[in-house]
Amino acid sequence: MLSIILLSVSGLANLFLGFLRSNRLLLPAVLLVLAVVFAVNISGIDTTGPLAAWNASPYFNGMLIFDRYAQVFTAVVVLTTLLLLPFSHKYVREGNPNLAEYYSLMLFSLVGAIMMVSYNNLLILFLGIETLSIAMYVLAGSDKNNLRSNEAALKYFLMGSFATGILLFGMALIYGASGTFALDQLGVAARALPTADASLTPMLYIGILLMLIGIGFKISAAPFHFWTPDVYEGAPTIFTGFMSTVVKTAGIAGFFKLLLVAFGDNTMSLWLPTLTAMLVLTLLIGNVGAVAQTNAKRMLAYSSISHAGYLLLALVALRSGNLSSNAIFFYSLAYSVATVAAFAVLKLVHDQRGRDDYEGLNGLARTNPLLSFAMTVAMLSLAGIPLTGGFFGKFYLFAAAAQEGYIGLVIFAVVMSAVGIYYYLRPIIAMYMRSAPEGDNAPVEVGGFQSAVLVLLIAITVLLGVMPGIVEGVLNV
Amino acid sequence: MLTALLLIWPVAAALLLHFVRGNAARALAFGASLVELALAVFMAIQFQVNSQPQFEINYPWLASVGINFHIGIDGLSLLLVLLTAFLVPLILLASFRHDYENPSVFYALVLFMQTGLIGVFVAMDAFVFYFFWEVALIPIYFLAGVWGGERRVQVTLKFFIYTVVGSLLMLAGFVYLYYMTGANGAVRSSDLAAFYNLRLSAAEQSWVFLLVFSAFAVKMPIFPLHSWQPDTYEQSPTPATMLLSGIMLKMGIYGTMRWVLPIVPLGVSQWSWVVMILAVIGIIYGALIAIRQRDMKRLIAFSSLSHVGLMIAGMFSLTAVGLQGTAVQMLAHGVNVVGMFFISDIIERRTGTRQIPELGGLTRATPLLSVTFLVILLGTVALPLTNGFVGEFLLLMGVYQYNPWLGAVAGLTIIFGAVYLLRMFQRVMLGPDSSFSSVIRDLTGAELAVLVPLILMVFWIGLFPGTFLHISEPAVNKLLVLINR
Repeated sequence: MLSIILLSVSGLANLFLGFLRSNRLLLPAVLLVLAVVFAVNISGIDTTGPLAAWNASPYFNGMLIFDRYAQVFTAVVVLTTLLLLPFSHKYVREGNPNLAEYYSLMLFSLVGAIMMVSYNNLLILFLGIETLSIAMYVLAGSDKNNLRSNEAALKYFLMGSFATGILLFGMALIYGASGTFALDQLGVAARALPTADASLTPMLYIGILLMLIGIGFKISAAPFHFWTPDVYEGAPTIFTGFMSTVVKTAGIAGFFKLLLVAFGDNTMSLWLPTLTAMLVLTLLIGNVGAVAQTNAKRMLAYSSISHAGYLLLALVALRSGNLSSNAIFFYSLAYSVATVAAFAVLKLVHDQRGRDDYEGLNGLARTNPLLSFAMTVAMLSLAGIPLTGGFFGKFYLFAAAAQEGYIGLVIFAVVMSAVGIYYYLRPIIAMYMRSAPEGDNAPVEVGGFQSAVLVLLIAITVLLGVMPGIVEGVLNV
Repeated sequence: MLTALLLIWPVAAALLLHFVRGNAARALAFGASLVELALAVFMAIQFQVNSQPQFEINYPWLASVGINFHIGIDGLSLLLVLLTAFLVPLILLASFRHDYENPSVFYALVLFMQTGLIGVFVAMDAFVFYFFWEVALIPIYFLAGVWGGERRVQVTLKFFIYTVVGSLLMLAGFVYLYYMTGANGAVRSSDLAAFYNLRLSAAEQSWVFLLVFSAFAVKMPIFPLHSWQPDTYEQSPTPATMLLSGIMLKMGIYGTMRWVLPIVPLGVSQWSWVVMILAVIGIIYGALIAIRQRDMKRLIAFSSLSHVGLMIAGMFSLTAVGLQGTAVQMLAHGVNVVGMFFISDIIERRTGTRQIPELGGLTRATPLLSVTFLVILLGTVALPLTNGFVGEFLLLMGVYQYNPWLGAVAGLTIIFGAVYLLRMFQRVMLGPDSSFSSVIRDLTGAELAVLVPLILMVFWIGLFPGTFLHISEPAVNKLLVLINR
């Protein structure tokens, strides 16, 4: 709860900081707030009992609940933002007049993300999604003079509004069938419904399916992914990084909670086939689509679609008390850290060389060993090669799915990750095995603090890959 | 603790190299690899010859899923750890004549690779094994991809994708086995011992075999999956080629002995005839192509394909002699192939070419080179008293026991090997003089320092194979008990 208050207040305060003549203070102030929120959140984590125990004290008449699940995912999204923001330094240097607004919007959108992982009532879920999304619509178009950025904002906004409408319609139908928005009561009502009032069950089912579509859009699962590549490419890189990490983590964690608490044991046979079909399609489209890209940012967009597919594996395998909640936490942490590193490098290269296709990375290893190494570790982690966190993330997911007997899905996911190797190697090949274009081989400027953050990103990824046990105290299934 | 030290030391040294500039890096790397060799020898002295894994370490790694960081050494592991620790210093020493760009990174990758290789050989848990299996791939990919020849980008990409697809299938197989260990309400575990206790149906074993073996088949490589190999060997810088052919290839054979034969014996018995036939095809195919090669490095690559075919066939005969032959031949092949690649590298550096037709008559100015070349070549040809003879003799006996006809065809390796290897020697070292024959320099001290230990090893294994067979015997017997259970 403290996280939400702190972030909202500092978001507002930040807007006033924008009145100052110099905006040098902004970035340190925001980073400080995020660090404090992270520390507060981590220190409050209750490490006893199972992860997904919904027994912490609720706030606002049971609307919000800050149990360990919420705290853990809050920590992930705050940490991700904390690691991503230092790379927005260029905006500070150029004296962008709207900087304070951008940072405030990011903080607000983070509040939305936290609501999405701590909700205990569908209304809060909806509010969270909207708080997050509206801020993101604006941020996607924040590069006002760039046509691509405008296109991205418009596309994201139009498609997003439709998805929100569908989501809301689903909630309304669910409410109509069950008479409640509260998550735990929803579970009870859904279980009782077929015997109590069978004529209302179709309404509940349709409601659930519409909600699947709405959330599927937010996490860019196929076949609701069409906006992703264009929006990712057009939006400024920092916000693309934010979208593909925080938005996805919050979306999938909220989704997981919804299905586990409300619809885990009663209507599973209904949504499971739909979800499985979404998973297969998402993995296929994400991986195959990424192969064809020549632009690293677009490749990462498709890669983020494919990672939504891997994460759906945990949703398909979700049963209370099994590995799936562990898997979803570890995977989203490893994925977020690696993706932040990848976007950070792309952003720095883009600032200097003005391009974000693979050729823009050519010969980077010679001029910027640290950047190339960070990118390499990120790519290997996303590809799921050992020594990186991504490997254990994938392993957890596959083990969770295998535990529930989905061997066919696991093998399909394995084949898809083999496809992934091909496109994740392409930036590595460009950086290490091709030479820089003529006259464009000046080293990319990286600030000292940014270097330190890059080293931290590498260290986290490798640490997760060598000693995955270090976050097990948090998980403790 | 000693096992952990063996794993940590090369990585620690590799990290240290980061602070060293220029060619001091290779001296430091060489020193580190000598320390590693000393550790391995010390371990071999302490080793008790029995079938039990020793120097074990078993810590929880992923406690929530029952995966332990379990490493240990038995006879088979020890032989391969010794081989790795013996070859890496020689490979480093062999590269002293080259000036690689960014030497500290180059040598750090070689040491890093050593950790991966040793990790594969000491892993006693399926996921530890998989972990190191992939860890070994990353440095070799960069070694070949960054410091390799002109076509390195396509070639290494092909190599990487081939191996990773194989490995991922293996991972799927391991996940299934891991899942099955909990079938009767037992705690799930990916430990080797837990896998040995599995009793799967023949149908399950059949496809688990296909999944897991595909990774090993790519790495060895077995006949239709070999197409990455000659290109990668040719395009890699020589130290990387030596690592690939001398040690990394053995990962596939060792992996099959440890993680396939005893775990899915019914699957093996269903597929062994296919593997046998493919291996024999590989023997003939590799030999026939080797005869036609003009490039020395490619010739050695195809000769290696042919000889590995015999090792696979001997292993899948599932007889005591065949498996013992595989164990000792892994050592012999490692020693010989590294020697062969080194000599081709020496000749290339002196003359600027690897093309056999352009060379000739080198022997007059280079008596030392000719003698060492001939000894290692005869070891590869499997002349009695050399290391190749012991291994290939045992392997052929194994294949013969499996099926006399296959044994007869497999015996062609030795005949064909003699044909193309002796022909290469004749055309490079003897024959009419070429433009190089009067100017070429004989071996230097540093080169002798590499070749003399290799030659000593050729004779040691050839004359006293008992030293090594004795170490692997209890492990092989235990393997046979598990296969025939």
